[in-house]
Amino acid sequence: MIGDLDFEVIGRSLPYLLRGLQYTVQLTVVAALGGTFFGTLLAMARLSSFRPVSLTAAGYVNLMRSVPLLLVIFWFYFLAPVIVQSVMGWERPPQIGAERSAYITFIMFEAAYFCEIMRAGIQSISKGQVGAAFALGLNYWQAMKLVILPQAFRNMLPVLLTQTIVLFQDVSLVSLLNVTDFVGASVKIAQRDSRVVEMYAFVAVVYFILCYSLSTLVKQLQRRIAIIH
Amino acid sequence: MIEINNISKWYGSFQVLSDCTTSVKKGEVVVVCGPSGSGKSTLIKCVNALEPFQKGDIIVDGISVTDPKTNLSKLRARIGMVFQNFELFPHMRITDNLTLAQIKVLGRSREEAAARGLKMLERVGLKEQAHKFPGQLSGGQQQRVAIARALAMDPIAMLFDEPTSALDPEMINEVLDVMVELAKEGMTMMCVTHEMGFARKVAHRVIFMDQGRIVEDDTKDEFFGKPRSERAQQFLSKILHH
Repeated sequence: MIGDLDFEVIGRSLPYLLRGLQYTVQLTVVAALGGTFFGTLLAMARLSSFRPVSLTAAGYVNLMRSVPLLLVIFWFYFLAPVIVQSVMGWERPPQIGAERSAYITFIMFEAAYFCEIMRAGIQSISKGQVGAAFALGLNYWQAMKLVILPQAFRNMLPVLLTQTIVLFQDVSLVSLLNVTDFVGASVKIAQRDSRVVEMYAFVAVVYFILCYSLSTLVKQLQRRIAIIH
Repeated sequence: MIEINNISKWYGSFQVLSDCTTSVKKGEVVVVCGPSGSGKSTLIKCVNALEPFQKGDIIVDGISVTDPKTNLSKLRARIGMVFQNFELFPHMRITDNLTLAQIKVLGRSREEAAARGLKMLERVGLKEQAHKFPGQLSGGQQQRVAIARALAMDPIAMLFDEPTSALDPEMINEVLDVMVELAKEGMTMMCVTHEMGFARKVAHRVIFMDQGRIVEDDTKDEFFGKPRSERAQQFLSKILHH
C-alpha cells in the first residue's frame, strides 16, 4: 500500500479540504475572540473581593480545566439540548446542530483557559497603576478598561497567541461530531478514496507548517514586546 | 481643608496607624516625615481613601471619605496625588496621560483637556515631550509629568507620597523646584518626604511619625528648633548629618 501512493487525491479534493480548513480557522478565531472576551470577564470576577462572585468564577474555571475537552464537546452536543429541553419543558430538544454547538463549546471552554492567562496579566500590573487610576477619579470599570486591561493584554499577548495555536489544533476534535473541519474533511476523503496515508500525511504537514510558522511569529513578537517594555 | 480625626488601621492583627489626628488648612504646606515603616505613606493614602481604615474619619473639604454616600471617584478627582514611582500610564503618550482623566472624569472636551494638559506640561518645563511615551523620559521628567497630570485636574489640594525617593540624586532638585513653586503659589499640600531642605524652605508644619503614631505635629520652626520627642531628635540628627 505504501508503495502505491497517489498524492493527486489532494489536488482533486482541494476545494473540499480548503472549505474544511476555512471552518477550522473560523472556529479558532471566533473561539479565541469569544474566549478572550469572556475569559477577561471571568478573570475580573475571580479577582473580585466579593466572595460569591470570585468563588463562582473559580468553580467554573476549575471545572472546565479538569474535564477533557472531548468530554465537554460531547456534553454540549449530546446532553445540553436534552437538559435545556427538560428544564424548559419543551417537547423536543432544541436543534442546535454540530457546527453551532462547536462554537458555543469552544468559546465556553477556552474562556476558562484565557481567564487564567488574563488573571496573570491583570496581576502583573502593579498596584500603583491601579492606585494612580483611582486617584485621578476613574472608577473601577474605567480603570480596568483604560489603564489595567490594555497593559495586561499587551503583556500577555504572546501567551494568548500561544494558547490560540493550541486551540487551532484542538478544534480538530469536532471532526468526531461529524463536522467537516479540516481534519473531518480529510477523513471523509481518505475513507471515500481509500487514501488514508496520503490524506493523513497531508493534513499533518499543513498543521505543522501553520503552527510552526505561527509560533515562530509569536516568538518574534515576544522579543519585540520585551524590548519596548 | 483636610481633617484627619482619630484614624486607626490594621493589617490583620498588625496595627499600622494608631489614633492619628491632624489637619491641613487651605493654603498650608504640611510635611510628613519619619522612619520607614512609620505609617506615613499609609496615612497619606487614607486621605483619598486609596487605603481603607477601620476607625476614625477623614473629612476633605467638608466631605467625609468614610461616608458610604460619598462619591469617592468624584472626591478623588479633586485631590491631586503624586506617587513615589510616578505611575504614569506606560501604554499612553504623555498627552494622553494628561487628558485621560480630564475627559473621562471631568467631562472636558478633547481640545479643552489637551489645552489644559499642555499648559501644565509647559509649567513643569516639558512641553517638547508631549508626544513621547513615559518610558522615553528620565525619572525626574516622569515625575514632573505626573505632577502636571495631577494639576490638570484643577485639584483643591495635592498629596505627595515620597515624590523624590525613587529618583537619582541629580534629578531630585528639578522635582523639588516644581513643588516649591506650587507651595509658593498657595497650593494646599501634604507631602511625605525626607527632603528636609524642602521642608525648611516651604513647609508651614512638620508632622513626625513613628510606629503608626503622630509623635510630633509642630510648626516648622518648632520642629527644626528643638523637637520635643527624643525619637524625632534622633531621626533629625541621622538625616541631617550626612
